[in-house]
Amino acid sequence: MTTVLLTDIVIFVLALLVGFEVISKVPATLHTPLMSAANSIHGIVLAGAMLIAVTAHDALGYILAFIACAFAAMNVVGGYVVTGRMLKMFRRSRTPVPAADTASAVTGNGQVPVTVKGGQA
Amino acid sequence: MSAFDWITQLLYVAAATCFVLGLHLMNSPATARRGNQVSTAGMIIAVATTLALVAHADTVTTTGWIVMIAGALLGGGAGLYAARKVEMTAMPQLVSIFNAVGGGAAALVGIDDYVRLASGGIAESTTIFTILDVLIGAVTFSGSIIAAGKLQGLIDGSPITFPGSRAANIAAAAIAVGGGIYMIATPSVAVLIIIILAALAFGVTMVLPIGGADMPVVISLLNAFTGTAVAMAGFVIGNWALIIAGALVGASGGILTKLMADAMNRSIRNIIVGGFGTGDSGPAIAGPGGDVRSIQADDAAIQLAYAQKVIIVPGYGLAAAQAQHQVAELAALLEERGVEVSYAIHPVAGRMPGHMNVLLAEANVPYPQLKEMDEINPEFPRTDVALVIGANDVTNPAARRPGNPVSGMPILDVDHAKSIIVIKRSMGHGYAGIDNELYVDPKTSMFFSDAKSALTELTGAVKTLVG
Repeated sequence: MTTVLLTDIVIFVLALLVGFEVISKVPATLHTPLMSAANSIHGIVLAGAMLIAVTAHDALGYILAFIACAFAAMNVVGGYVVTGRMLKMFRRSRTPVPAADTASAVTGNGQVPVTVKGGQA
Repeated sequence: MSAFDWITQLLYVAAATCFVLGLHLMNSPATARRGNQVSTAGMIIAVATTLALVAHADTVTTTGWIVMIAGALLGGGAGLYAARKVEMTAMPQLVSIFNAVGGGAAALVGIDDYVRLASGGIAESTTIFTILDVLIGAVTFSGSIIAAGKLQGLIDGSPITFPGSRAANIAAAAIAVGGGIYMIATPSVAVLIIIILAALAFGVTMVLPIGGADMPVVISLLNAFTGTAVAMAGFVIGNWALIIAGALVGASGGILTKLMADAMNRSIRNIIVGGFGTGDSGPAIAGPGGDVRSIQADDAAIQLAYAQKVIIVPGYGLAAAQAQHQVAELAALLEERGVEVSYAIHPVAGRMPGHMNVLLAEANVPYPQLKEMDEINPEFPRTDVALVIGANDVTNPAARRPGNPVSGMPILDVDHAKSIIVIKRSMGHGYAGIDNELYVDPKTSMFFSDAKSALTELTGAVKTLVG
């Protein structure tokens, strides 16, 4: 029992340190997607919520299992989908980056003309 | 350990590795998407492994299966719908809601474990983690809902205090902690309910007095709380995947919170205790110390259209008015006329670090036009027009002098530009609660309007001008 607990604590502390190390290198631009990504990772609580069902044998257990599963599933599914949406936007607008500064002006114009023409018509 | 145990435990290790790698890939925009995919793969492995564990346990009743699957489908569906439908400007509140449900689920894992074992006696070592799990989870749950309500405008965004609110907050904390200590010595479900209620009350009274502009920092803090609660849940049920993932999120949320607070030159303690903006230490608010020049769309359009170099300074007002598409359209039009356009992004512009980048990326603004503060500041002196849209405190030159609430805050050197146009709804204050000296600068013209309609008018006026 004590050994298991000690192992758990060691894992916890090491994971904290890994988290600090990995995350402190992220540029400011990506902070919002990062927050969202971290947010979806704590959706892992779904695993815990599912394990409630293993021992649920009365009304209270079922209610707790149901709410916990619903909450956790919302966290995990919503979190990943919204992070993906955000990052997709980043990539689309980043495509012109390698083409240097002159190209960016072209892209800037090239992306909007539909709106501009519509406005002039 | 049986072969089955080995396989499932190793799969959990694989899942945890995916989470770490996924976060690591978020370092660079080029690999960020892959990072999210790797992280998603890890989550699928973890959930599938858990499903196998649940099936293998063979103690799950039919009702148990139905409850589990129905709950997951309902929650997953709701999450999917919300994530797909949400406006990018409403992102922070959605993250906050996900924090709430994540924290709530973690608390429920602890509650279930405690209630189930209460009759059979609980080993003290795990009781501590159960109590921490329930307390942190419950605080996150109620606090995140209040934070989301404030950002969504359902709850007044200004700091809300009532007589004795500070005392109520302290009392709730004392009851939660005292009850928790009591529970370690004497297991009691009644006390558990009391500390849950106290923790919920603490979450509410903690977030209510914090102003809307500080919400990003609070959400980040609550994100870290949720991670910690999940790690505690991992201790409760003896699951490594929860411990590792929760600790990762706890660490990341903590760092993000500090980064955001630093960018606003505030300490986290200051925000939580309620520093400026709450009226506690209100600096003498002087009236506008000079004449304000207001400007109409036509004049502003002429200035912009005949400029060589324009820097757009987007702020909270742009995000609130959801005017990112309008600003992109105006910028594209100016570029077509040969004006050099770039955007100056303050680290805390919008509602979260990097939030403005996401919004402008959504409007297809070419990435090279987005410049960070250190990069753009030297360019202001050779800028013809700085167009400030709904940004306030981050442009206040008063920050360079000591002795006021924004002192020392890194700012954009907008006042160094040759002329400045500010789009703003009124002369109202930013969250620092002081006048912006930029607005009374002789080089500044104020365009009083909502960001969205102002930009539409400007674009129209430039088009008319061009013919």
